[in-house]
Amino acid sequence: MIDEFRARILERKPLRLRGGGSKDFYGGPLAGDVLDTRSHAGIVSYEPTELVVTARCGTPLAELESALAARRQFLACEPPRFGNATVGGAVAAGLSGPRRAAVGSLRDYVLGVRIMDGEGRVLRFGGEVMKNVAGFDVSRLMTGSLGTLGLILDVSLKVLPLPAGDASLRFEMPQDKALEAMNRWAGQPLPLVASCWQDGVLSIRLSGAQAAVAAACKKLGGESLAAAAADEFWNGLREQGAAFFAGDAPLWRLSVPSVAPPLELPGEQLLEWGGAQRWLRGDGDAAQLREAAARAGGHATLFHGGDKTGGVFAPLQPALMEVHRRLKHSFDPYGVFNPGRMYSEF
Amino acid sequence: MALREHSADVAQDFADTDRASLLAALAGILPPAALLSAEEDLKPYECDGLSAYRQVPLAVALPETEAQVVAVIKACRAAGAPIVARGAGTGLSAGALPHPQGVVLSLAKLKKILRVDPVARVAVVQPGVRNLAISEAAAPLGLYYAPDPSSQIACSIGGNVAENSGGVHCLKYGLTLHNVLRVRAVLVSGDIVEFGNHALDAPGYDLLAVSIGSEGMLAVVTEVTVKLVPKPEQAQVIMASFDDVMKAGEAVAAVIAAGIIPAGLEMMDKPATAAVEPYVKAGYDLNAEAILLCESDGTAEEVAEEISRMKAVLETSGATDIRVSQSEPERLRFWAGRKAAFPAAGRISPDYYCMDGTIPRKRLGEMLTAIYAMEKKYRLRCINVFHAGDGNLHPLILYDANVAGELERTEAFGAEILKLSVDLGGTITGEHGVGYEKINSMCDQFGSEELRAFHAVKRAFDPEGLLNPEKGVPTLHRCAEFGRMHVHGGQVKFPELERL
Repeated sequence: MIDEFRARILERKPLRLRGGGSKDFYGGPLAGDVLDTRSHAGIVSYEPTELVVTARCGTPLAELESALAARRQFLACEPPRFGNATVGGAVAAGLSGPRRAAVGSLRDYVLGVRIMDGEGRVLRFGGEVMKNVAGFDVSRLMTGSLGTLGLILDVSLKVLPLPAGDASLRFEMPQDKALEAMNRWAGQPLPLVASCWQDGVLSIRLSGAQAAVAAACKKLGGESLAAAAADEFWNGLREQGAAFFAGDAPLWRLSVPSVAPPLELPGEQLLEWGGAQRWLRGDGDAAQLREAAARAGGHATLFHGGDKTGGVFAPLQPALMEVHRRLKHSFDPYGVFNPGRMYSEF
Repeated sequence: MALREHSADVAQDFADTDRASLLAALAGILPPAALLSAEEDLKPYECDGLSAYRQVPLAVALPETEAQVVAVIKACRAAGAPIVARGAGTGLSAGALPHPQGVVLSLAKLKKILRVDPVARVAVVQPGVRNLAISEAAAPLGLYYAPDPSSQIACSIGGNVAENSGGVHCLKYGLTLHNVLRVRAVLVSGDIVEFGNHALDAPGYDLLAVSIGSEGMLAVVTEVTVKLVPKPEQAQVIMASFDDVMKAGEAVAAVIAAGIIPAGLEMMDKPATAAVEPYVKAGYDLNAEAILLCESDGTAEEVAEEISRMKAVLETSGATDIRVSQSEPERLRFWAGRKAAFPAAGRISPDYYCMDGTIPRKRLGEMLTAIYAMEKKYRLRCINVFHAGDGNLHPLILYDANVAGELERTEAFGAEILKLSVDLGGTITGEHGVGYEKINSMCDQFGSEELRAFHAVKRAFDPEGLLNPEKGVPTLHRCAEFGRMHVHGGQVKFPELERL
């Protein structure tokens, strides 16, 4: 399989690296011939006592997660599946789900990668151990690089035990009060792992030791959500199946400090991650949104739909763009991998 | 002075640095007290926490502002002089070892805590701020900074960023990487950049992750935003004795297999407990071949539940004795022994050498058994303290630098431990960094293609290779030389290079 990938790469023509194609919508315009990674699939090793799983890029995320679930473990960062995402695609996109603010992002769980660079060389970075500071952290550089630096072949991920206790609570409150509550609770020793505010309702998820979850429920009050409804709700956020995400209106993702006050912008908003991730539906002006996000201390991404001609991701300062260009050139000197998927400059 | 582009093959030659004109340029930037160049003033900077390697630099710059950091970097670049950034100098891999033709850029005077925000749960600090000072400043707010390297009283946050420092609570709370939101830094071009921000992610490549643990080789840190986390209501620790190191190693895996992520999970072998007990009186079981310290933290309910589960697992795993701390003073006493392991080694031996490999947890017993055999082979004693929960080993090899040949035997002993760490599926360094010390062992862990990629990453930030040269990533020439001693499975690892 790897030899076939290499042969394609050595043709030095633009390639569009693609797993399940679940995130074709994400990033800049698609370019190049498809290199389908799904033939390089399967779990290479999984050792529950080491809290590590290694899988090939084409492994369906769902398959990996069921293998973990069978041993009562999981990917705590909850990367979205968006249908049929693969492990390689998930890592390349670097997206994380509802628990992100509490447990860390996908990049925090990446321990090692094996990649093929733009010259067809197979390189291994990181490994399968929790602590590893030998060499620069190229594994995490690959995470979220949208496949622009190399073809991810295998990935080693840290996994965690499934928490025994789980409960979800609901509170009616306006956005400013919800932001205040989410930030206040996050500063207390509570097993708070996810939060969402939309349309006057704050939902939170508590997850951890049973005793801790029970104590937190008692302390916080609110309306308790039945287990099945709660799973459906959080899954609807992770997979963007919730009604908020339906339809064709452009979907913007504003990543801001959790303490940023409510952003007065045209369109409907849904808040996650304790206030650090704010989704916005609407045809807002890109410059205005980017400006608002930057003023709040963050950045805005045109996540889904809309007009991509102005760029999808917030522009970089020139000195950082120069570092990006040089990194891109080192790993992919002939510009083979996903050209323009992150920035039009490379 | 014109330098060629930084190369993966051979080290840059800085021999032509014009010392006089560089000193004059620096004198124009820094107040007199912030520039050291007299031999006796340079001496204290000749080494970091690893004193086996020493080198006096050309000069030491101690800027007091970010603008001065920028100016010093520009002056060094104009002169073609290497820059070795330094924090508190507590590093254990000679990462801050000066370059003979270069300037040590100390960030020690940038030591202000700029802001502690209890609502956003962040602290914005300058790089010279001590690790523990952050937690002390946050304590009245019920918050703390989680990574706690054993040098936390002295080590600085800039150094922690450079090394991606850990501590005894990493398994549950993560490393520096997981607890830093933003790094403000100066590139060798003089540009001030920010990696990360006060949101949870930033556009573009994850340069924050790349900069953390980059050992001063990519940029010079001038400001750091760290995450603060709520102080757990309560903590309790179990001390479990084992009559066999293999059983202790298996117990570590069994705790994890039971679905528990302890706040700390440490292991000490018999020679280690024997070394610390007379010194600290922690109450360790001196008859045990190994002890485990297993901590739980969280709400009172959580801790009670977890302690009883851990106790059950440890009993099933063959613990010969189990004690649970019954009070905060007792918990701190159990930890005091572990935290005093390094000074205790210093008490029982004129010198000691601390290793830092990481291996899969299940191989802990195997590694210890191999280390006991190496003690005989090299005729040196070794005491072992492990961050067992994350497989990070700190064997302390005891030696006397004044006995001819002991340092060389110690280095060979250490290199063999690192080599075995790689062979067991691990890494040569879990948290201390490669620095100068482990640079040859990098040739064991990586092939020439990976090393080339690392050099390319360095070149992307630092085109002429001025920042901390000859550290962290070996040149292929160095590995070829080193490879003459280490041939892997009959295969030469750098076949494309001529052997000199």
